[in-house]
Amino acid sequence: MLKPAAIVGQVILYGAFATFIGYFATSPKYHQIPDDVALIKLSIAHLGDRECRKRSAEELDKLPRNMRAPLECPRERSDIKLEVDIDGQPAFRTVMHPTGLYKDGVSVVYKRFEAKAGTHQLSVRMNDNLVKPGFNFVKEAEVTLKPAQVLVIDFNPDKGGLFFQ
Amino acid sequence: MNLHHTLRSNAQTLFQRIEEIFDVPFGGDNNPLRHLGAMALYFLWIVVGTGLYLYTVLDTSIEGVHSSIGYLSVEQWYLGGILRSLHRYSTDGFMLVMMLHLVREWANRHYAGFRLYSWMTGVPLIWLAYGAGIGGYWIVWDQLAQFSATATTELLDWLPFFSTPTARNFLAPDSINDRFFTVLIFIHIGVPLLLILAVWAHLNRITKVDYLPSRRLMLGTIGALLLLALVKPAVSNAPANLALVPPELRIDWFVLFIHPLTDFTSPGFIWLLLLAGTLLLFVLPLLPQPKAAPVAVVNAANCNGCSRCHVDCPYAAITIAPHPDRPGHNIAVVDAKLCASCGICAGSCPSSTPFRSQENLLTGIDMPQLTVDMLRRQLESALSRLSGTTRIIVFGCDCGADVKKLSAPDTAVISLICSGLLPPSFVEYALRGGADGVVVTGCRPGGCHFRLGERWTAERLTRQRAPQLRARVPDERLLLVSASTHDDLSLAQALLEFRARIATQASSIDRLPPYSRRTSHHA
Ligand code: HEM
Ligand code: SF4
Ligand code: SF4
Repeated sequence: MLKPAAIVGQVILYGAFATFIGYFATSPKYHQIPDDVALIKLSIAHLGDRECRKRSAEELDKLPRNMRAPLECPRERSDIKLEVDIDGQPAFRTVMHPTGLYKDGVSVVYKRFEAKAGTHQLSVRMNDNLVKPGFNFVKEAEVTLKPAQVLVIDFNPDKGGLFFQ
Repeated sequence: MNLHHTLRSNAQTLFQRIEEIFDVPFGGDNNPLRHLGAMALYFLWIVVGTGLYLYTVLDTSIEGVHSSIGYLSVEQWYLGGILRSLHRYSTDGFMLVMMLHLVREWANRHYAGFRLYSWMTGVPLIWLAYGAGIGGYWIVWDQLAQFSATATTELLDWLPFFSTPTARNFLAPDSINDRFFTVLIFIHIGVPLLLILAVWAHLNRITKVDYLPSRRLMLGTIGALLLLALVKPAVSNAPANLALVPPELRIDWFVLFIHPLTDFTSPGFIWLLLLAGTLLLFVLPLLPQPKAAPVAVVNAANCNGCSRCHVDCPYAAITIAPHPDRPGHNIAVVDAKLCASCGICAGSCPSSTPFRSQENLLTGIDMPQLTVDMLRRQLESALSRLSGTTRIIVFGCDCGADVKKLSAPDTAVISLICSGLLPPSFVEYALRGGADGVVVTGCRPGGCHFRLGERWTAERLTRQRAPQLRARVPDERLLLVSASTHDDLSLAQALLEFRARIATQASSIDRLPPYSRRTSHHA
């Protein structure tokens, strides 16, 4: 038979165990970002452009019939240059490299920025073919961010290129 | 290396002290700290059992999943709600005891030599456990799930494995679909199944596995969890909304601590921590270790194949095979790779009796570093040196309290590799050879440095296990004391009281007929 003192001891220790589990199962609370802050997520996966050459008529004649594609394209894709400005200040600059052993895969970027809630001038510029100067995709807009809002900067050629969501 | 040694031995002392404090109310058999592996398994079974119920009521569509779990906690709080809370809290308990089990095995240097296999197979269990636990939180698809899913994928994306970031799956509300939950549930069932399989492998090398804690401990634990489930039921947060960052969150620190830690440091640091930590655990046993002790050796001529050693060996190191010289008979065979050098087998062998006339006592299975022959010689010489009115022989254990301190003209001490090495007949031999009392001491219940040694010794000496102490040995002349390295004082006290008791009751306790090998041999 258990002695009363042992029973009391066990009750205390079982209670301590339950309290410990119960407390750390939910506490302390965790605050990932401050209350008045919104999150901008830049996430782009895009296949860079490449320089194709038009084949001449003679060249095409020399090729087997089933391979007479009018353009000759390299496998390799261009790096992609990307710039993000928030309120006219440079927030992010990068050059994304194509994935894959032969540099023939998509280039990707994933980046989180915190921004104070409120109105911001957001400008994103992208060049997916670095043999050409400048930026062939540009998106500028004034956005109003609510606290805790997630604004996504993405790219989809079907949605007209760069877009905010 | 030295830093590690210091750290480890301090951790060992600390852990043992806490274990011994827990011994006071619980006793060894019900002490959770002495049965952490079994506790982990117990929690795992609760998780599996409650998980099966949760699975049957889960609706795996995006819209359905959150409300079908919420339904349990609100409308069906008395059944589904409680099971859900148990599922969560026993997961937390599991993580807790698994980590304590790891620390305890490390502190006790249970990672090398014959334990290498148990250790190496233990490490991957941690990854599986966290994989299963983190995935479970995603299923609810509330804000916590959203937080964990985003944080986990962002962490994964730091590694150069995925061509498109996996975090893109949780970018915006339209990024995920119903199939996601089907896959998720598949994973949340698959990983735990893998975990169970891996636990089975983890336990493959030991026998009489402590699969479940004692009944009392199980009842106490489930009682505590049930109470917690009633007082503080597990509930969901608001449904996930990928367009918003989850606000202040109540997170389960046992399972999800990794996310705040990542925010606090960086993904690179976390990966370094995880991979370096895992590597360290794997490399630890490969560092230089103390030289392994000689393993048990079978003597074919003295083994009759009774298989007692096979039954008692805690590490499944002994198999029974056909005898090479005696057709139709069996013999014990020791696998040196598995042998822990504990000597428990020598204590179990019926041939290990000192009441034999041979000058060189040979038995079926023996430890080269302390053969039963050496043991008999030590005992005989100790008996011949004893003087005083109440002469006592103390058999101790190298891993328990230091018996050498008790040595005195009227007290002879013999320390064994493990108290389990002591064949019970040696107690009778000591009493018939002139001792007035015998003390046998070893580790506290559940505290054997090997496994099971203290338990087999107690069962043999209380005549519950073969080889038994013979019935004619008067119980009053034998004292069994559990004493760890920290119990020198209480052992000394117990010896003092034992001696006083024998001295005062000397006339009323039976005395066994004297026996001397040398004289009776020629009689
Ligand atoms: C899923 C988590 C785990 C479970 C359920 C579990 C369970 C167990 C059980 C039931 C035992 C047998 C105890 C006995 O009968 O004496 C055991 C032994 C052992 N475990 Fe684990 N374990 C887990 C994780 C780990 C981890 C992470 C490690 C360390 C890396 C580890 C290292 C060991 C060692 C070294 C032993 C051997 C003890 C001995 O030989 O005395 N285990 N485990
Ligand atoms: S010494 Fe211990 S581990 Fe080795 S065979 Fe004997 S009982 Fe088994
Ligand atoms: S206990 Fe002794 S006799 Fe029996 S199988 Fe083992 S070594 Fe042989």
